[in-house]
Amino acid sequence: MLNFQAIASYLPTLGKAISLTLEFTLLSTILGFIWGTLLSLIKISKVRPLQLFAQGYTSVFRGTPLLVQLMLIYYATPQLLNINITALQAGVLTFGLNSAAYISESIRGGIQAVSRGQWEAAMSLGIPKWRMMLNIIFPQALKSILPSLINESIALLKDSSMVSIIGVADTMRWATLVQAKTFRAFESFIIAAAVYYVLVMCLTAIGRRIERRSRVSD
Amino acid sequence: MIKIEHLAKHFGTLEVLKDISLEIQKGEVVAIIGPSGSGKSTLLRCINLLEKPDGGSITIDGINILEKGVDIAKIRSNVGMVFQHFNLFGNMTVLKNMIYAPMVVLGLGKEEATDRAMALLRRVGLEEKAHQYPSRLSGGQQQRVAIARALAMQPEVLLFDEPTSALDPEMVKEVLDVIKDLAHTGITMVLVTHEMGFAREVADQICFLDGGVLAEKATPDVFFSSPKSERARQFLAKVL
Repeated sequence: MLNFQAIASYLPTLGKAISLTLEFTLLSTILGFIWGTLLSLIKISKVRPLQLFAQGYTSVFRGTPLLVQLMLIYYATPQLLNINITALQAGVLTFGLNSAAYISESIRGGIQAVSRGQWEAAMSLGIPKWRMMLNIIFPQALKSILPSLINESIALLKDSSMVSIIGVADTMRWATLVQAKTFRAFESFIIAAAVYYVLVMCLTAIGRRIERRSRVSD
Repeated sequence: MIKIEHLAKHFGTLEVLKDISLEIQKGEVVAIIGPSGSGKSTLLRCINLLEKPDGGSITIDGINILEKGVDIAKIRSNVGMVFQHFNLFGNMTVLKNMIYAPMVVLGLGKEEATDRAMALLRRVGLEEKAHQYPSRLSGGQQQRVAIARALAMQPEVLLFDEPTSALDPEMVKEVLDVIKDLAHTGITMVLVTHEMGFAREVADQICFLDGGVLAEKATPDVFFSSPKSERARQFLAKVL
């Protein structure tokens, strides 16, 4: 009933698909983190219009399905702006923008959880505000939200399978194509599932190691 | 050195400080005492602008720090502060805590800042803790580092906000000893404290605050033996 032999000839292309999944996850994590950090700073700033923008942004990106956002950015952007966007670019952009909405909330919470005394001590020493943020507040905030940041990148990794819908040749896309060519659904998708599972386990292990190392100051 | 005139501060409708005027000479040690909620800490925090006063003036070295356009960071780097809860930077080792501001704010080189920091750590008896993180230190040790950190900026004024209130009883003395040592070095100190014996011993002046009003100002001998106001008498009867 099971016949992995039938799909064996497609395995060499799986490597390329996996590396695309990883590349995609890495790029969207970086974009999401940078943009999410900026959003969180906007949220705690005292500039009202910017604050409203960040709140609205978060609300929209959390309140609509990721798949719809992906379709909008991939199909609607070229129509509106008359520019060409590759599937991979559209995917990274969508996932980065989406994850920034979630990350910005975590970071904002992390920053606000750093005790008031740390700010006051820094101020009393005459340390400039951006220095204070960069070297004292942010590192401590990051440490407390590390678990949720790792969870976020795990979620991104798994959700990345969605970009196969717009034709990015990732792991999921590989499985869909192999299934179409060989009519071996179980074999194709179970391999995809296994790949994602192993990747998530690796990410979890890396996350644990980073957390352990960040605990030296406890 | 420090001249406070008609200082006023309120939080919402609550008047915390009412028309406070006070002059502190260079090298003087002033203890601010009074019941909880009398505005002691607020007064102290106004001196380095952690609280923004609503009226009056504070002049340090001839500069009115409440005027628009003054360089707040520069004033703060000259007015050190020691907090009740130490507030050492949790993500930095003891040494890093001490060299960070001198390097970033005063522009000292790493070597010079480190030399200065180690000398101060030696002075508070914590040289061997230089590479530890604050969380590994006892409360008393953290507070001694916090004092050393403030001194590393070589401020002219040092403010203490209830420096021993968060400490276990057996650690109070080690911190008070360090402060006592400083009192003779010519640095101007203003301290809010509940340690009456200590205030009496080290202070040149006692300021008694009650309900946001500077109710009495006298030398320790006069204040503790024959307080003028009824409220100070009642307060002393409770705490002594």
